[in-house]
Amino acid sequence: MNQVELGSWSGRDIRTGRGPSDPFTELDLSALSLRELNARLQALKVPTNETFWRVQNPNGAHAVAVGIDAPIDVEVAGHVGYFCGGMNKCARIVIHGNAGQGVGENMMSGLIHVKGDASQSAGATGHGGLLLIDGNAGARCGISMKGVDIVVKGDIGHLSAFMAQTGRLVAFGDAGDALGDSIYEAHIYVRGKVEGLGADCIEKELRDEHRAELFALIEQAGEAHKIDVSEFRRYGSARKLYNFNIDNAGAY
Amino acid sequence: MCGIAGLFIKSSRLRPELGALLSDMTSALCSRGPDSAGFALYTTSEPGRVKLTLTSVNGRRDFQTLGEILSRSLGAPILTTHRYTHSVFTVPEEEVAQCRAWIVENAQDIRVLSEGSNLEIYKEVGYPDDVARKFDIRSISGTHGIAHTRMATESAVTTTGAHPFSTGPDQCLVHNGSLSNHASLRRELRQDGIVPETENDTEVAAGYITRELRRGRALGDALKSSVNDLDGFFTFVVGTKNGFGVLRDPIACKPAVMAETDDYVAFASEYRSLTGLPGVANARVFEPKPATPYFWEH
Repeated sequence: MNQVELGSWSGRDIRTGRGPSDPFTELDLSALSLRELNARLQALKVPTNETFWRVQNPNGAHAVAVGIDAPIDVEVAGHVGYFCGGMNKCARIVIHGNAGQGVGENMMSGLIHVKGDASQSAGATGHGGLLLIDGNAGARCGISMKGVDIVVKGDIGHLSAFMAQTGRLVAFGDAGDALGDSIYEAHIYVRGKVEGLGADCIEKELRDEHRAELFALIEQAGEAHKIDVSEFRRYGSARKLYNFNIDNAGAY
Repeated sequence: MCGIAGLFIKSSRLRPELGALLSDMTSALCSRGPDSAGFALYTTSEPGRVKLTLTSVNGRRDFQTLGEILSRSLGAPILTTHRYTHSVFTVPEEEVAQCRAWIVENAQDIRVLSEGSNLEIYKEVGYPDDVARKFDIRSISGTHGIAHTRMATESAVTTTGAHPFSTGPDQCLVHNGSLSNHASLRRELRQDGIVPETENDTEVAAGYITRELRRGRALGDALKSSVNDLDGFFTFVVGTKNGFGVLRDPIACKPAVMAETDDYVAFASEYRSLTGLPGVANARVFEPKPATPYFWEH
């Protein structure tokens, strides 16, 4: 559990470099409808002068700041519901609270930084960019990920990286049962204990190129030199379930 | 879909607001279950007396007369209080069995929705906000309560098919999900003397918990074994006279979020249901883990 002080916003975000003294455009969800809010953000085209936005009173609303296609920064001042930042392209979104299920679902690029916990299916089917979660992520984190990088500073729930195709999933804490079930080529790094591995997922040797890859991800999470990459273990596909083989029928 | 809201109040100062807080929590979940709603509230009790919440399947509203006839027939005083389509009959403890037998014999349209010293259940078909308003749930005070908004999948949209279900004294259960082995379990329960009154899958889950409690097991253990004995998807919130429990199935498909402060423990299907609670911005907000029973008691 990562305790987040709601609405507190002090100092500059480690990733966006934005701070509360920078001029921003405010979108207040107690006054605007969700459609109006998303329409404003989705209408932004490159180049724009309105590069810094703040969403007030999200109060657990679903689909906040989805479908953005511009290199802007968006701060969300509180907890959000489902699918926050879904389909994100280029934008850097910081959530000062917890996120409901499917945060960063199908994100293409950019950054989504959750300061609290994320519910299930965080980063589902994500194609690119970085999803950074300061707290824990629930079940099915990185399900069917297709190139997104996901760094979770806490634990990840069961069935994480289920059918993950490519991209990297890093957990500083523990992983739940059936990690990497039916995984393809995504890379998984877990520092804590793994409750169990899913079908066709095995532990693999952590070689130098993996240490370098992991270091770069930890650096992006703002934790370089605070955490030793050699404390992590690497997991990936045994590549036995790629094609149907009658001898493997019991594993399907 | 379906939505669940539950509130377990720790500090006495919030007790008068139980109904209002639970109504507001439920209001945020209307879209998850627009066809029916129900509220189980643990309110005041009188020593030596038991409350029966009644409703009629043929639309009877004159519970006053029914109460008077029943009172004369039993030769015992019965206090009746009415809310919309329901009535709570408060009867002497020793007359409960006779009272229920009399209802079965003489008032076949009447269904007993709950029995207990503190529990009252109000549930009806309709949009959850309307249901809450018609029962005037806001005016009810108490120690804890559970609410449900229903999008029916397993049985018909009727008053008795709405949640919460109560199958034992001061026990109730609400459910988000669906069970696939409820038919075989219902047969088993009948053999064990628990007769479900509807075709609803959730009532079977409630009956299962009741049976396990009757066998002398603790609620936490009964919840734990239900993970193995119930097949399907579920997030359950259960209420007992003093307590409030939560259980999710091992897959944990159905959403759940909890908030705890010094004043309360709250459960909801979605965080937006919790936003009106006092001090929630500083609450400990967390998701209950799958296949792990959680329980709070006064």
